[in-house]
Amino acid sequence: MSTSNISRRHFLRAAGLTGTALFVGLYFPSNGEEAKLATASAAETSDIELNAWVHIDTNGKVTIFSHRAEMGQGAFQSVPQIVAEELEVNLKDITIRFAQGDREKYGNQVTGGSSTIRGSYKNLLKLGASAREMLIMAAATKWQVSVADCYAESGHVIHRPSGKKFHYGELVEAASKLEAPKDIVLKKRSDYKLIGKPLSRQDSPLKTNGTAVFGLDKKLPGMLYAVVERNPRLRGKLVSFDASAALKVAGVKKVFKVQTGVFQTFRDGVAVVADSTWAAIQGRKALKIEWDDSGFEHMSTAEIYRRQNDLLKNQEGLSAKKQGDPDEILALAAQKLDVVYETPYQSHSAMEPLNCVAHYQEDKIEIWGPIQAPEWVQDYICGQFKLPKEKVVVNMTFLGGGFGRKAFMDYPHEACLISKEINAPVQVVWTREDDMTQGPYRAGISYRCQGALTNGQLSALKFKMAGQNIGHWMGAPKDQPNRSTTEGFLAPYYESIKNVSFSDIPFEIPIPNVWWRSVYASTNGFAYESLINEMAHLAKKDPLEFRRDYLKDERSRKLIDKMEELSGWKEKKNGEGFGLAITECFATTVGQVVKVSRKADGKIKIDKVWAVVDCGWYVNPDIIHAQVEGSVLMAYAAATIHQITFKDGLVEQKNFYNYLMPRISDMPKVEVHVMENDENAGGVGEPGLPPFTPALTEAIFDLTGKRIRKLPFDMDNV
Amino acid sequence: MINLNVNQKTYQIDADLNMPLLWAIRDIIGLTGTKYGCGVAQCGACVVHLNGEAVRSCVTKLSRAAGQKIVTIEGLSENNNHPAQLAWNEENVPQCGYCHSGQIMSAAVLLRENPNPSDADIDSAMAGNICRCGTYLRIRKAIHLAAELQRKEAAGK
Repeated sequence: MSTSNISRRHFLRAAGLTGTALFVGLYFPSNGEEAKLATASAAETSDIELNAWVHIDTNGKVTIFSHRAEMGQGAFQSVPQIVAEELEVNLKDITIRFAQGDREKYGNQVTGGSSTIRGSYKNLLKLGASAREMLIMAAATKWQVSVADCYAESGHVIHRPSGKKFHYGELVEAASKLEAPKDIVLKKRSDYKLIGKPLSRQDSPLKTNGTAVFGLDKKLPGMLYAVVERNPRLRGKLVSFDASAALKVAGVKKVFKVQTGVFQTFRDGVAVVADSTWAAIQGRKALKIEWDDSGFEHMSTAEIYRRQNDLLKNQEGLSAKKQGDPDEILALAAQKLDVVYETPYQSHSAMEPLNCVAHYQEDKIEIWGPIQAPEWVQDYICGQFKLPKEKVVVNMTFLGGGFGRKAFMDYPHEACLISKEINAPVQVVWTREDDMTQGPYRAGISYRCQGALTNGQLSALKFKMAGQNIGHWMGAPKDQPNRSTTEGFLAPYYESIKNVSFSDIPFEIPIPNVWWRSVYASTNGFAYESLINEMAHLAKKDPLEFRRDYLKDERSRKLIDKMEELSGWKEKKNGEGFGLAITECFATTVGQVVKVSRKADGKIKIDKVWAVVDCGWYVNPDIIHAQVEGSVLMAYAAATIHQITFKDGLVEQKNFYNYLMPRISDMPKVEVHVMENDENAGGVGEPGLPPFTPALTEAIFDLTGKRIRKLPFDMDNV
Repeated sequence: MINLNVNQKTYQIDADLNMPLLWAIRDIIGLTGTKYGCGVAQCGACVVHLNGEAVRSCVTKLSRAAGQKIVTIEGLSENNNHPAQLAWNEENVPQCGYCHSGQIMSAAVLLRENPNPSDADIDSAMAGNICRCGTYLRIRKAIHLAAELQRKEAAGK
């Protein structure tokens, strides 16, 4: 027996899944071919590591392991809904549990790029269908009847001519000895009973009675609590510290230096470990620390944008996308625009602040936390502590929001370092102030955007971006552009515009940055859709009609028709401003129309937002609606309130009293429409965000004639 | 030693009287449904009931809470069946779910004080609770539904 099989048995035992059962899973062949299916017993004889287990026990209870995180995007509902459809079981008979981090076993586990469904739905359908076929086969063999006369429904196999039936639980032993079928015919969308329905989320009850375990809720016997005073200038160094007063605080156990990885650099801090979070916070307040701030003293927001704007004036940058010759057209065109759009730094500010539990013992580490990328954490911790993979176990909990920040490895690393130092399990807790002032942030980007009209037609578009590049922090070469900055760039129109370019001017400062919901699509979308709106006005055309000429395919044309119809675009009344934008990211296109008007006191209000989503094949429309509603609010705050600013190298925003969060009364009305088609599934968690801001600023322009090119702007003072 | 009465159970705990109730509930008693979000009474993730009133446990010192009747999300109902909880589940309110213990505890006080709240009443009563996922439209809908459930329940009695 190989080690991998031993570890698999351990895993199943640890998960409480012992005894007779049918397991079906996927594995990734070493030749890089697409995932294949196998049963556990077949995998055991051929030494294959299976993932995405479907486990059916003798009571007919089904357990699925989710290799991705649940941070609100609905994996815990969508994944079972997909499997249940083909497996023919009732949703209430399925339990979903988190898998651990393991790249070899699960492939990509990063919950980012809106990938949960689009990355795995075909495999999940096959998994459910294969298990169902094996159960039918087992029943047919027991009855000595033809497979064609049997069918599955609600966790039973039924013999159609006689009406006799077996419960799945009665069949798992026989089915587990069969081989997974080679060719599986999947259901047509029109035959679905569960997929496509707005079924209630299975995780809601856990989140309404306090039983859902988020990272911060994880407790271990003998666990201590740690907070860390980190250099307030993001990555500056520690010179010295005096812990004498901190150690006198009741409950404080130990104080020491901790140096946590931030990409290829380190962040210095002083950890205070105590028997409660509160005691650790009190101890931290009593620390006396001298920091070395060199390199950060003069960093300020004004300086950052001055330098970015200089770059836009003086440099061409690295060409990331180009067709035709926009420079030549721009030089000749009589009608043209040359404008700069600015977007601010943003904090993720998930409601659950960063935290992580780690237990380091005798060269073995186990971690529990709100983690978006468990296999990256595993890789990183293995590297930092020089441990093999089997010695580093990474467990996911529910995430109280993630938005990209929790795909980073610094807080698990910090927890591991502290646990090792104190030789006990520990939970490191970032206060809200830590979460807000330490980054990494979404970078603030400046764009220079030029457009030309020839005979009233859009003949050239030229975009340059100056701002920090996440890819560079991740080690991408700095002398060539990288894909991350052009995700979905101008996608609905790109092919229809003959001369287009996008270039990226590298800009380096020591503020760490990381993905933020929809990544560069959130800033790019503001730039390119605002420019399209401005070009429409230059051409003296309605921005919706103007776009029709450049939408490249039927799906996009249907989308804009729906936007026009739903929003009553043509029935605009006096005193109303309408704006629209269409963006694509992570294989989904979303168009939004925003309608604004003035309140009695003259201030502008949003009357309504209509969002039309084309994400192709989809699972649960209610989850899509929820994700788009949330994306609209996050975009609204990012456009009108939120801005992380720097002064003398320090972040000026500390907590929700000066990084204000929208409240219930700020939420605009949102109507979401999901397009019906059978195209490949696109993402849902992020694509609803980018179109909102350019649609809002266009609506404000339509109402007031004022063009907003710099974010955030104050809705009360337009 | 102080006595803390949480969800009709008395706990004798040895802690600094300046410790906020939040950390005593979470780290000493071990009830984790009440959440830490900001520590400065801005977000409402930590709302509990103290003698029936919604308070932010992150700024409520143990000296104030000792001997008083405290209810957390775990003690709001027997079987997740407070009208607000039923409505929250029915309307699929939670996304990440982290803020909803506090949201529901705030809503429960509103529903007791005002059995038929208008949108404006809801906005005013819920103004202290932040949801970063943007579930506000559903929170409002769920509170209206909860009010309806509560009225039906009262009529049935």
